[in-house]
Amino acid sequence: MSTQSTRAAARLMVAPSVILLLIWMIVPLAMTIYFSFRLYRLLSPDRTGWVGFNNYVWFFNSPDFWVAIVNTLLLVGGVLVITVVLGVLIALLIDQPIWGQGPLRILVISPFFVMPPVAASIWENLFMHPQNGLLAAVSRGFGYDPILYLESYPMASLIFIVSWEWLPFATLILLTALQSMSSEQLEAAEMDGASALSRFRYLVLPHLSRAITVVILIQTIFLLGIFGEIFTTTQGGPGNASTTLPYMIYKQALIAKDIGRAAAGGIIAVILANIVAIFLMRGIGKHLDA
Amino acid sequence: MARTVTTQRKVAYTLAAWAVGLVIFFPVFWTILTSFKTEASAVASPPEFLAADWTLENYADVWSRSDYPRFFWNSVVISIGSTLLGLAIAIPAAWSMAFAPGKRTKDLLMWMLSTKMMPAVGVLIPMYLLFQWTGLFDTRIGLILALMLMNLPIIVWMLYTYFKEIPAEILEAARMDGASLRNEIIYVLTPMAIPGIASTMLLNIILAWNEAFWTITLTTVDAAPLSAFIASFSAPQGLFYAKLSAASTMAIAPILIVGWFSQKQLVRGLTFGAVK
Amino acid sequence: MGQITLKQVRKSFGDVHVIPGVDLDILDGEFVVFVGPSGCGKSTLLRLIAGLEDTTSGIIAIDGKDATSLPPAKRGLAMVFQSYALYPHMTVRKNIAFPLKMAGMSEADQARKVDAAAKVLNLSSYLDRRPGQLSGGQRQRVAIGRAIVREPAAFLFDEPLSNLDASLRVTMRQEITELHQTLKTTMIYVTHDQVEAMTMADKIVVLNAGRVEQVGSPLQLYNHPDNLFVAGFIGSPKMNLIAGAEAAQHGATTIGVRPEHIEVGTGPWSGIVALAEHLGSDTFLKVNAGDLGTMTVRASGEVRVNYGDRIQFGPQAGKIHRFGPDGKNMA
Repeated sequence: MSTQSTRAAARLMVAPSVILLLIWMIVPLAMTIYFSFRLYRLLSPDRTGWVGFNNYVWFFNSPDFWVAIVNTLLLVGGVLVITVVLGVLIALLIDQPIWGQGPLRILVISPFFVMPPVAASIWENLFMHPQNGLLAAVSRGFGYDPILYLESYPMASLIFIVSWEWLPFATLILLTALQSMSSEQLEAAEMDGASALSRFRYLVLPHLSRAITVVILIQTIFLLGIFGEIFTTTQGGPGNASTTLPYMIYKQALIAKDIGRAAAGGIIAVILANIVAIFLMRGIGKHLDA
Repeated sequence: MARTVTTQRKVAYTLAAWAVGLVIFFPVFWTILTSFKTEASAVASPPEFLAADWTLENYADVWSRSDYPRFFWNSVVISIGSTLLGLAIAIPAAWSMAFAPGKRTKDLLMWMLSTKMMPAVGVLIPMYLLFQWTGLFDTRIGLILALMLMNLPIIVWMLYTYFKEIPAEILEAARMDGASLRNEIIYVLTPMAIPGIASTMLLNIILAWNEAFWTITLTTVDAAPLSAFIASFSAPQGLFYAKLSAASTMAIAPILIVGWFSQKQLVRGLTFGAVK
Repeated sequence: MGQITLKQVRKSFGDVHVIPGVDLDILDGEFVVFVGPSGCGKSTLLRLIAGLEDTTSGIIAIDGKDATSLPPAKRGLAMVFQSYALYPHMTVRKNIAFPLKMAGMSEADQARKVDAAAKVLNLSSYLDRRPGQLSGGQRQRVAIGRAIVREPAAFLFDEPLSNLDASLRVTMRQEITELHQTLKTTMIYVTHDQVEAMTMADKIVVLNAGRVEQVGSPLQLYNHPDNLFVAGFIGSPKMNLIAGAEAAQHGATTIGVRPEHIEVGTGPWSGIVALAEHLGSDTFLKVNAGDLGTMTVRASGEVRVNYGDRIQFGPQAGKIHRFGPDGKNMA
């Protein structure tokens, strides 16, 4: 439906956003690549020079790095599994004939709007704190010593906190998809004699699969960059027990102030993210509507 | 099997669903509750649900700190600023992609989506250095720019899906009625696009307010918004529990309320229109 | 006013040649109907005339002036869309006034014209409602009203009745025809429904895959179809087309007989009734006639024939159309 006059105007209007995003992509990335091959520490800025792949080698040789990789995968994978499985179950539950679905949705959706530092802080101080936390009080009530959640089980605690934050998102998406399902299909299956479980397995689940893949795709994008929660609670510790790759890079950049190393870490993170993205886009991206 | 659901079943489902909902909401509820307690009552063991002495002094104390209002204001300025800037750039782009798509439009959209997949740590170094060198470090303008760039793909996509829902025929009718491009935009497109633009704005303010990477790494004191404040000062030495709860409640209240009304926008915006 | 000429107008979308080349003359005041099956290019042709699409090549002239590169706003035409395309955020009054506002007319003049159009279309009591509060037929009238106030050189209708239910369609069909008789403005009307075409048109343009198959008055197309396509398209139920030995007997590759031109009871053909529809006013028969294939017969009044009966039937004199190997009428 476009004619000559509209087409020329169109190109002009897309330009700013494309140019901006291009610059945003290319310039910083190029700089990171450049720095990753150099020795550059903010605390001793005169000592600088080309060091080839040294910075990368440092990462691969560092045991912290592999711990960080594992932690990153644990965090993303753990949260994905928890939020998707629970999300489906809770969405199914809310979709049933119940009273007060509106207010209930508001309750369930709330954690998603709590900013990560506050979410982490609430769990760290009000619940998981060994002296004053609610969970500690519960333990004591049962006669047990309180568990030092963030100290003894840092990754598990983090996974728990992040899952609490993201469960509403998964639930909401899945609930929306559920409610868009035509009831006629289900009624026909019921007349054909299908049990509730069968109807779920053969009708509901396939319908939800598109929404589930979208949830996995979107959540992975955001989960790979989880930062605020770690910064607020464990700072990656104790030791490196809860350090993920992004946090490790942050420490190199802003704490150790080793620009070269942090840049190399950043490139590694980008490559990793691209690998994950390729898998995701191939298997899942085709569901997106464009 | 009867088609109508028995009341028994409805009660059972309602109880189960509400139990789950209340459990999920409990931490938020507990925080709000604690914000009205005295410090002594907040750390009481066993924990008190109904404290004897409710008080508003926590809120007064936190707010009268010299810096809390500043952090709050920073959050406001940065969220709204980055959203408006993003809209200014994204609206023309989404307009042209929705109404005058070319052969590459779909590729362009997917490319924009892919830029969102780049981990922020990948560009942490250059952003940090560039911000230092250009004096943007720890400024609100700097953060507005950074957050705008982070969210631009989402804004463009969301607007695109809303614009695509405007029937092309209505714009053609305007053209046949003698409207120039400018008039078409002013009298027909914009009024029909306003709900979509408002929804996008809402979602983006939420995302910017809650952002917790650049707001922490690119600020120290001046431009730090609430996210940075809570992240740095939440250790118990910094604030006591009741005050921490008050500070937290004030930090999340605006977005919680806005969010309750933005569920649909959330679904559309964050799934890039895949689920509506 | 309202004379439109198309010379060698072509339209391609990339490699797809939707319209390979059309020549057409539309006279002032004519009611022209573009008709054809889905995808034949009739809507595209209309949109080319409107200026909503650019031609790939060719000339479109309006009242003698070359309008090919003019934008829609400057061509002096008005269009009624299939979905009416009303502005949902404006009242009916503002909808109808919009083109006048775009033309810079004074508010007083705008009000006068809107009220006049509303009266003609029975919309006066709806002027302050929004389109969302109107029924389909009312919305359509608003769309027509918006077109009328512009006093265009020609009206363009893009399948305006497809979204209405059957009885409303009949009413609106008559209203549009009456409108044409009152305004006497050129009207170009696109439809896939050949009944609409036959009842409303002064001139019908039958299109197939972007090509003009035939141009003529309804009765011309009915009595003298130029080729097999037009023969099979115009007329309901479809003309019976018979190839093979029977056609050869008449010296043609294919012969055609309309169902209403067949006599039941006598004749050279014989067959078994597969379906009999008794409407009271007419009787429709579907007859398996062996080598001749399945034929449709339309008899006037009530014919007492039922499923399974064997009947004799045959064409009325002079009502056989003969088509050659190229599909063209041999007459």
